[in-house]
Amino acid sequence: MYWEAVKECMDRESLEQLQLERLQSTLLRVYMNVPFYRKKFDDLRIDPDAFRSLDDLRRLPFTTKEDLRTSYPYGMFAVPLREVVRIQASSGTTGMPTVVGYTRNDIKNWSHLTARILTAGGVTQNDIVQIAFDYGLFTGAFGLHYGAERLGASVIPVSSAHTRRQVRIMQDFKTTALLCTPSHAVSIADTMVEMGVSIASLSLKYGLFGAEPWSEAMRRELEDRLKIVATDNYGLSEVMGPGVAGECLERKGLHINEDHFLVEVVDPESLEPVAPGQTGELVITTLTKEAFPVVRFRTRDLTSLLTDPCPCGRTLVRMAKVTGRTDDMLKVRGTNVFPSQIEAVLFEIEGTEPHYQIVVDRKGGVDEMTVMVVLSESLFFDEMKKQRELIERIRSRLSAELGIVVEVRPVEKKTLEQSEGKARRVIDKRKL
Amino acid sequence: MLQIRNLAAGYGQLKVLRRVTMHVSAGEIVTIIGTNGAGKSTLLKTISGLLRATDGQILFDKRDIRGMTTEEIVYLGCSLVPEGRQVFAPMTVRENLLLGAYPQYRRKAGNTAHRDIDRVFSLFPRLKERERQLAGTLSGGEQQMLAIGRALMARPRLVMMDEPSMGLAPLIVRDIFSIISALREEKNTVLLVEQNAKAALAIADRGYVIETGRIRMEGTAEDLLANRDVQRAYLGRDLDSETKVI
Repeated sequence: MYWEAVKECMDRESLEQLQLERLQSTLLRVYMNVPFYRKKFDDLRIDPDAFRSLDDLRRLPFTTKEDLRTSYPYGMFAVPLREVVRIQASSGTTGMPTVVGYTRNDIKNWSHLTARILTAGGVTQNDIVQIAFDYGLFTGAFGLHYGAERLGASVIPVSSAHTRRQVRIMQDFKTTALLCTPSHAVSIADTMVEMGVSIASLSLKYGLFGAEPWSEAMRRELEDRLKIVATDNYGLSEVMGPGVAGECLERKGLHINEDHFLVEVVDPESLEPVAPGQTGELVITTLTKEAFPVVRFRTRDLTSLLTDPCPCGRTLVRMAKVTGRTDDMLKVRGTNVFPSQIEAVLFEIEGTEPHYQIVVDRKGGVDEMTVMVVLSESLFFDEMKKQRELIERIRSRLSAELGIVVEVRPVEKKTLEQSEGKARRVIDKRKL
Repeated sequence: MLQIRNLAAGYGQLKVLRRVTMHVSAGEIVTIIGTNGAGKSTLLKTISGLLRATDGQILFDKRDIRGMTTEEIVYLGCSLVPEGRQVFAPMTVRENLLLGAYPQYRRKAGNTAHRDIDRVFSLFPRLKERERQLAGTLSGGEQQMLAIGRALMARPRLVMMDEPSMGLAPLIVRDIFSIISALREEKNTVLLVEQNAKAALAIADRGYVIETGRIRMEGTAEDLLANRDVQRAYLGRDLDSETKVI
């Protein structure tokens, strides 16, 4: 099932033609209408008329979150405010919020793009869609809401209510598709157990989760506990919100809506493009946004592009599930290390819990990395030999995965530092 | 069907097309809107080989037609309805139409011509009534119909029309546009250049806005009609006066 088959299954050549047309007119428009881009292009002596191929994009400077912040609130808008019909803002948990705008056409495109994602994830007009994202300045709820309505599904805008209320509504309203963050879905599943609600009394079929990274292990857990098909979807408010990319029922990566977004994956250090399949930072250029176009926006999200054909028939390239943020990246003895890699290994090994902390220190000019792992209680107090074997297994698996020697130390759960409820994953003691 | 990348063209030192990238897919009506001198007609002349491109690519069914002669291009299935009709005044309507079938004769399929004339007459009953009249005695609207009919006689896969509404009375313009949208029902592909942006967007699937020789905007006809810049510049809507607070 496709929402816009003509676009979703376009041959590569036609897609690239369309992308080039849209890229050229986007560059012209940002140069003419956004002082930030005009100055940047002029400073670097870039002629917006000189772009002849998609590869020419690489000559352009990046746009960063910092650029958006300094232009707070409306500096990056490409149309006057009277043409803007909606203003949203990013959460601002990592600094000043970023303000984004939408014209009437932007909202229309947004609806179609989220309708694509929902269709790819199994949702049809016969579904009852419960949206448990926060309705507010955050883009998640509204974007998916428009798509679900456009699709003709019955939308329940619960917003981010208490999990008990979510469960009650899910039961009473016979919800068939749940849309929220994966962690919220886990708490909903936990609450169901607490409330003694059996999964058999629900009508759930699909879960479309996004807005934060989640692992394959978590997918298996959610699919198993909620008896659903769980798909991942991706978006960010600076670019549009949800609707940038989403998984089809194959669940082998997220199809990127390439007719509206031109993506690159670059090495976060050298900023050079990496080969397909290699992990790097996702960089997005909008191709149709009227109010808030961005050129080469650095998302800070780590992923890789999957170019092999997808059995679903969509020709849109896929991105792997986001594995982390460049902000979390550690450089240990010259090797890039991501907490998510360690998490994945720990998830696979029985007898450990997904709680850990990475401590990096430098002794005699050499970096040393220690992973503190929490062992299951039974094992922690078990005989030393068994524990030592397990630690050795984790050590060799981690060293093989990361390509550097890693020390592993068992700890009790409470010994790991907690900060504001969020686990602190990395402690870097090096004075760099 | 038609893919154009980075096309540049002009007259001597005068660069009219700076960098045009656009496409037309089979079965679509695509319109190019823009002000006088933006490069609309130059674009059609360059595609049809009447004017040499100085840069870029013109792919018709994946074949580069840049540099081919106009006859070759027509022969491949890409016909132009020129600005100002250009019908052969001293010849009858029927003779004008038969001349349009010339590429069919070259394809050794000339026997289709008489059937095709009937098809044109069913699209334009007015031409049937004036079948034996000299083209020079037709009204402007009828000449435009004849120019379109003549282009169709070549059985083109892409029909390009340059300002078909020019110099015609509003009622006639309406007729011409309803005929163009009827062409779509017959699975024709149309690239339409028009100053009358409103009428063109009303029948088109997609459109491009051309400004000083470059494509400034691309989108579905619906999106372009809703775009404020297009409304202001091409649809004659005075937004500044509308938003004034009294």
